[in-house]
Amino acid sequence: MTGQDAKRQGTASILALVVEDSPTMRQLLGFALRRIKGLRVVEADDGVDGLKKMAEERFDILITDINMPVMDGLKLVGLVRKDERYKNIPIVIITTEGAAEDRQRAMNLGANAYITKPIQAPQVVACVRELLEARSGRLDIEET
Amino acid sequence: MAEYVDGISEKALGDFLSESQEIVESLNRDILKFDDHLKRGFKDPELINNVFRSAHSLKGLAGMFGAEKMAELSHTLETLLDGLRLGRVAASVEIVDVLFESIELFNRLIAELSAGPEVPRRDLKTLLGRIERSASRSQMVTDMSPLELIDLDPAISSVLTEYEEHRLVDNIRQRVRLFKVRACFDLMSFDEGLAGLTAELKKLGEVITTLPSAEGVEENTIRFDFIVGSEASPGEFEERLAGMSVEVELIPRKDGYGADRGEASEDLPVEPIADGISLRSVSQTVRVEIAKLDSLMNIVGELVLVRTRMNEISEQLRAEKGFTGLAIELFKTARTFERKLDELRSGIMEVRMVPLGQNFEKLSRMVRKLSRSTGKKVELRIRGADTELDKLIVEDLADPLMHILRNAFDHGIEPVDERVRAGKSPQGIIDMNAFQKGNHVVIEIADDGRGVDFEKLKARAVAMGIEDPERLGELGRRELMNFLFMPGFSTSDEVSEISGRGVGLDVVKNNIANLSGVIDIYSDPGKGTRIVITLPVTLAIIRALIVRACDQTYAIPLSSVLEIICIDADALRTIERREVIELRGSTLPLLRLENAFDLRAGQTGSREEGLYVVVAGLAENRLGIAVDGLIGQQDIVIKSLGRSLSQVPGVAGATSLASQQTILVLDVAALIEETLAREA
Repeated sequence: MTGQDAKRQGTASILALVVEDSPTMRQLLGFALRRIKGLRVVEADDGVDGLKKMAEERFDILITDINMPVMDGLKLVGLVRKDERYKNIPIVIITTEGAAEDRQRAMNLGANAYITKPIQAPQVVACVRELLEARSGRLDIEET
Repeated sequence: MAEYVDGISEKALGDFLSESQEIVESLNRDILKFDDHLKRGFKDPELINNVFRSAHSLKGLAGMFGAEKMAELSHTLETLLDGLRLGRVAASVEIVDVLFESIELFNRLIAELSAGPEVPRRDLKTLLGRIERSASRSQMVTDMSPLELIDLDPAISSVLTEYEEHRLVDNIRQRVRLFKVRACFDLMSFDEGLAGLTAELKKLGEVITTLPSAEGVEENTIRFDFIVGSEASPGEFEERLAGMSVEVELIPRKDGYGADRGEASEDLPVEPIADGISLRSVSQTVRVEIAKLDSLMNIVGELVLVRTRMNEISEQLRAEKGFTGLAIELFKTARTFERKLDELRSGIMEVRMVPLGQNFEKLSRMVRKLSRSTGKKVELRIRGADTELDKLIVEDLADPLMHILRNAFDHGIEPVDERVRAGKSPQGIIDMNAFQKGNHVVIEIADDGRGVDFEKLKARAVAMGIEDPERLGELGRRELMNFLFMPGFSTSDEVSEISGRGVGLDVVKNNIANLSGVIDIYSDPGKGTRIVITLPVTLAIIRALIVRACDQTYAIPLSSVLEIICIDADALRTIERREVIELRGSTLPLLRLENAFDLRAGQTGSREEGLYVVVAGLAENRLGIAVDGLIGQQDIVIKSLGRSLSQVPGVAGATSLASQQTILVLDVAALIEETLAREA
């Protein structure tokens, strides 16, 4: 569904950025997120790519892995939080159980929530939905 | 996986397997490098971080897909590698060994997930135990962090990952100078500038971290701060970056090290880091199943038929209406179509091509392992790893190559004492060399071992009842060597764990023949053995010569056609009841298809006016094939004949012509072999 379709149906048009270096994981995340009505997913394969995409379009939510080549998720979170345009964007980080230290740093830098691998689709949807609703102050984020 | 999301499981599982395979392959490459570095006392933190990240990615994927054993293995490995990259575990030969073993187990686990044999749980348990033990044995005690020795902006230290922090500490400990480099880029194209600057900085030392920042910069620009550890003096450092519009600042140390030239680095030198590493080297690729390429290739094959039919119509129209109006239009269109089809065909072919290197890596790992378990010293020298072949051929080559190498290792290269007695260097050498030669790829495997013992070989042939003792004397080395390819033939006295006894070369030969290739073996007693494999670049689509013989139409792969000659009937000679022809001073055996396939000779059997001979050759062998007429060249897609006919020697398969006629494709390698065998 495109953003315009979503508008016609009266639901929010939501643009999500998924930053993750594993193509398979990206695909799974995208699949889960598209359950949210009116949500469009843009994928980036590392922090630099993510930054580039964020400059090109205006996103409503950022979902990012931490451990990535080229530029990791911490740098992305750190920057995004200081960017005027993205000051209030909800950020979800994907982490692994073991990486407690990096996860804590990401939260300190301003990430709003974290999901631990192996991720579950309902968990991803619930987390993203909650953040989107909290930000917009509305409770009309629906699942398809 | 099923509980994640229904409906995408199967496709996602395929993606998971191929991504895992890719990661394991790159892991293998990195560990080989790591092993090499360890031997040379060289450290490359970035490499170890890559290895860690591969294990980390595997763990994430395996967890997602409920691949428990793989998840357990990658988790344990990740812990070890995390210790290694953070300097808590010291690198050792033992660790390299468990890393290699892990790769092998990963490969088996991936095979298990694609319906291969089950990997017993105890194999996993054993390895996990070994990984854990190797980690605890190499544990290092780290002292307090010397981070307080430098003044670092808290805005920077708060975004460092644990690994980056460790690298920073390590650089401080080694008293390497630390520089802060600041650069601004245009927001829309910063990735290129960033990649260029990073590559430049890597030439100067280690890029410890790259921090983006949008604060206090002009609109539509982005700033990056780098922390770089470098041996260069502040002056040199700045000079090297002149012209890149960056600000450079030396991060001062409270203990005064690094302020002046000459004081730094009393300890270890900074390792040179490979330059020119592209930031984007990992992305921009798509994985495609071979089956999809095959079906595309089939469509191309059908389009080839359409093209041929189109050309025929165009010809007919020209003949009927003259070269005007529609006839010209059709002719031009057909030509354009032909050109574009050619581009499409070579485009698809290119996609199927992969470098042989992936096989070679597996082989060098095997040699390394064998060297350690047998005590023989062998160096494997590889050239031409970037030679490209069809993916399917590369895969089917893995086993034959492994077998040949094992033979060379086990039977070829002598034990150290025997080598020394023979006046050779204690370390044996196996040379692997691959290169392209026209439409073929040649792979040579040569060892400097003991070579084939021809006396033993003869004795064995007699003992096995293959050959009469009287006739043996007449046989040349080449014929004798052919015994080696016979089922169950072996000259080895003892059964070894490596190659076993007698199972091997015949299987290898069949495998190579199935790929339309030939294998030759040359040996010099006492000096070594050389095996030469000649393979077509692809099997998917080939150019063929269409000929007529005995009222039948056949296709001969053009890649094995050397020339076509027309000879007078009296140029034919018969030697020992075999027909031969003379060609530029050498004698070629002549094959008549009616003899090969037991056909009745065609109507035009008299052939008084002369005879067309297709001279076919593969590797060193030549053969003349007598034909009644030449029809033309055509691109063909070879289709298999099905099980009942697949065993007919001399036939590679069938193909369709534009006229919807189905014809046989000759297997030149098999025909040559059969003719030579009959001669012998």
